[in-house]
Amino acid sequence: MAHVFFGYFAGIIAITSILVVALRNPVYSALSLLVMFFHVAGLYVTLHAEFLAAVQVIVYAGAILVLYLFVVMLLNVKRDDRYHSQWRIAAFVCIPLSIEFLVLVSGNMVAANRRPASLPVEPYAADNTLAIGQTLFSTYLFPFEVASLILLVAMIGAIVLAKRDIGGHEAKDMTKAPGAQ
Amino acid sequence: MTVPVSYYLILSAIVFLTGIVGVLIRRNIIAILLSVELMLNATNINFVAFSDHLQDLGGQVFVFFALTVAAAEVAVGLAIIIALHRSKSTINVEEFNLLKW
Repeated sequence: MAHVFFGYFAGIIAITSILVVALRNPVYSALSLLVMFFHVAGLYVTLHAEFLAAVQVIVYAGAILVLYLFVVMLLNVKRDDRYHSQWRIAAFVCIPLSIEFLVLVSGNMVAANRRPASLPVEPYAADNTLAIGQTLFSTYLFPFEVASLILLVAMIGAIVLAKRDIGGHEAKDMTKAPGAQ
Repeated sequence: MTVPVSYYLILSAIVFLTGIVGVLIRRNIIAILLSVELMLNATNINFVAFSDHLQDLGGQVFVFFALTVAAAEVAVGLAIIIALHRSKSTINVEEFNLLKW
């Protein structure tokens, strides 16, 4: 049964990820990326990561992809987007990588599927969110704080970059503000 | 009967190589950023598969951080695209050769 679910999700993920690259219209690419995100969330559910599946749907499909579609609509992208002339470089990068990967996987198939002997095989706690929260706020507390700093920097950077004119009349308003020196 | 972890490795390698090809051959900047999202999702699939395989929650926490970085990257990248489109009114990467010598 697990194999059936994996086959379905993996097939749809592979097809839609190829469609993201192959389709010419960016709106269609973004929509097939949306289908891929939902199926990745389904794959997370089969891997006992229910919290991450919910976060994947909310953040990726709900926030990031809507932002992409918003920008595509805003810029009014024309449809005549042909492929780059760099496909030879792409072939030179990807064919050796895929061959290397096939060799690695076929050589280590038995060793990779064996469970490591040192780790105790125990089922997860029933509450995946509770376990992630306890791990996140105890072991990974400092990276969590750094992640919030990254989000703050991204917010400020997006505002500064997308602003229409910097240093025009906005700067004069800031000097008149009572808080400014 | 659980699915072997090498199947997940093959799936994420397919998605990652598709993302690399997309970054290299597309000319639309938005399509390039969508391909970067493909590569991030491939690494996330790997992290969650190994987190289930090794019974360790660290992989899922790392996916959480990768998601944070992806959100930041999208915000800054789309702001850069809007600024570029404002200055040259195109988003074709072959038109942008300002830093080329």
